[in-house]
Amino acid sequence: MSDSQTTAVQAAAHGHDPALLHHFAEPQQQRDAASLGMWWFLATEVMFFGGLFCAYLIYRLQHFNDFAAASQSLSIKLGAINTAVLIGSSLTVVLAVNAAQRAKRNLLVAYLLLTLVLGSTFLGIKAVEYTDKFKEHHVPGPTFHFVPERMEGHPEQPPIDQRHAEMFFSLYFVMTGLHALHMIVGIGIFVWLLVMAWKGRFTPSYNTPVEIGGLYWHFVDVVWIYLFPLLYLISRHR
Amino acid sequence: MSEHGTSIGFYVMIFLILLVLTGVTVSAAFINLGPLNPILALGIATTKALLVVLFFMHVKGASEKLVKLVVLSAVFFLLILLGLTLSDYATRLWS
Repeated sequence: MSDSQTTAVQAAAHGHDPALLHHFAEPQQQRDAASLGMWWFLATEVMFFGGLFCAYLIYRLQHFNDFAAASQSLSIKLGAINTAVLIGSSLTVVLAVNAAQRAKRNLLVAYLLLTLVLGSTFLGIKAVEYTDKFKEHHVPGPTFHFVPERMEGHPEQPPIDQRHAEMFFSLYFVMTGLHALHMIVGIGIFVWLLVMAWKGRFTPSYNTPVEIGGLYWHFVDVVWIYLFPLLYLISRHR
Repeated sequence: MSEHGTSIGFYVMIFLILLVLTGVTVSAAFINLGPLNPILALGIATTKALLVVLFFMHVKGASEKLVKLVVLSAVFFLLILLGLTLSDYATRLWS
């Protein structure tokens, strides 16, 4: 018998909610503690991504022309679709939390499934973008080669420094790659939530995992909300 | 943690506002506004992030005040990281 089962059996013997752990006075306290823990973790994540954003901003400031030219090779269309997909997944997550609080098990399962579909769609579109970059030799490494698109109305363009353009793509791949890694972790969490929801583990008095899993998902959405304009949008005009 | 009374319609409304803001920021990227381009794009991104944090992550109406403190401190230290570092790089040419 595992520890959690032992705890649950003991708790049931005491005659209180089996989901309430012994070191908490009441469900609300347990819920607030779990939520606060997730928020602290997200605060460390802010600094984690913050370092990369900082590096990106510094190099963009220093090598503006090369970064702008490299940024223009990204597909705004795919980026915008992905933004919409991710915002949509945030909606299904918040609706899942809502369904869990109202004890609508089937609705909860449906929203979690929808979230997984949207999350996978995001990663699929990201994979298409990465494939294009590989084909165009825009992936940093020995085969890296970048030729900027000709801009209309700018007959005389300063030559592009390959190494600086390569730096843009290094930051692009690290930032979006780290974000994609967070999406993959998020999908793992949501598969687990789906299994638990399927088994009917969540009740109006105990749905903290859905809620803090949701916090994580929304955070990953917020990171993309900043990545999209910084990488795709703000360098269209030199 | 969150108000149980929050209706589904409200969440859908926030979602629609987020979609509209995405549309606006994409359209604005194709118009040459000079230095206003990045300012507008980041302003819209911050508005979107605020909507997600306040309403989807339920920071507005959180029963635990510490949550608000954690969010504010995360933003505070991020601004120190970005602000102080960039103020160095942005002023190196002054001398």
